[in-house]
Amino acid sequence: MSSPQILYCHCAYARVVPEDVKQDVLAKLCASGQSFDGVADLCEMSAKKDPSLLPLAQQPGLKIAACYPRAVKWLFAAAGAPLQNDVQVLNMRTQSAEEIADELLNEGVSSSDHHYEENGQS
Amino acid sequence: MTSPAVGIQRVIVYEGPEALPFEAAVRADLLQTLLGRGYAASLRRAGGRLVDLGHESIVVLGRFAGSIPDWMQRGVEGVDLHVHDIADRTIDEAVGLVEQSCQETGRGTANGWKPWFPVIDYDRCTNCMQCLSFCLFDVYGVTPGGKITVQNESNCKTDCPACSRVCPDVAILFPKYKAGPINGDEVNSDDVRREAMKVDISALLGGDIYAMLRDRSAKAKSRFSKERDDERALKERQRCLKKLKEDADLDIPADVLASLPSLDQIQQKAAAAKARADAAIKQNQANAAAQSDA
Repeated sequence: MSSPQILYCHCAYARVVPEDVKQDVLAKLCASGQSFDGVADLCEMSAKKDPSLLPLAQQPGLKIAACYPRAVKWLFAAAGAPLQNDVQVLNMRTQSAEEIADELLNEGVSSSDHHYEENGQS
Repeated sequence: MTSPAVGIQRVIVYEGPEALPFEAAVRADLLQTLLGRGYAASLRRAGGRLVDLGHESIVVLGRFAGSIPDWMQRGVEGVDLHVHDIADRTIDEAVGLVEQSCQETGRGTANGWKPWFPVIDYDRCTNCMQCLSFCLFDVYGVTPGGKITVQNESNCKTDCPACSRVCPDVAILFPKYKAGPINGDEVNSDDVRREAMKVDISALLGGDIYAMLRDRSAKAKSRFSKERDDERALKERQRCLKKLKEDADLDIPADVLASLPSLDQIQQKAAAAKARADAAIKQNQANAAAQSDA
């Protein structure tokens, strides 16, 4: 069976991600016909060192809809679940829902993707 | 209360083989409600795996039209599987079934804690231990290998990013902060220069920024106590606290400033934190010297 490689963070415990962007991204994922994983709040999971972050982080070709790539990278690292180099992080604080959904659901890689290099910088 | 992360670890909205699809709006509402209530929630379509993310406790919600698939009823080895047919249920009822499963497993719902804590960017951190020296609340610690780490996340004061403002390397993030680079936005050269200036200002004040904060807070309280008009006094206190925040430029919330312990306690805590930082730095220097000798 193929694995879904999309992770959506709902940032449930703060209002830093625009509500309309969060809702639109989630609605587009739900309408896409693809499987995906959602988490209530990556920050909370990181603070609790949630063990389910590790298998999520280890998925090859993972795409994450959350916030700033530097924050996402170190949240996973702080939980002992470092992200793979090929992870793509999309920022719901700065990007539009359309742009994010396009990048999550399309196979291609665009210029706005955030991929981690060997030194870990996005 | 505990978090669903340690009980029901994931809710799966299942639309794979032997299940009917949900209407798009229902699907989106259900997932949004579950995520908003603190549950990890996944959507599984045909071809999507049910369990291989290491979860031990899963709730499956599906439209099985009265017949839950045999393989689900038999269960999955090593997984505590709770399967519910929600074909005739409302969203509230479906979420109620999830909450019921949580109660049956002895787990509650999210505890409502706003996850506010520092996250270290080790690509930038130079292990200078300034954050360890600065924090009065034992948020930071040192690993056995001598590396600065965040050890008590829940001790952090909500909405207070002060330690990130004293970090000379802009290496401390608060992902839920309003502005960059503290929120994880990219760091530019102006950010680095600005942070370095703040450290210099702190040094000019005698290096004891807490004494300054406490002193100013005491003055604000004194002025408040002399006021007879309560409303006017409240405004004055708010003005003083605002000025204090602006002058110190650390963005410490007023409630954190107002709850600072006594000057003696602050000095004791600061001295203890500084001693831990100095000890860690000395140990790291000794380790580095031993390595270079070898």
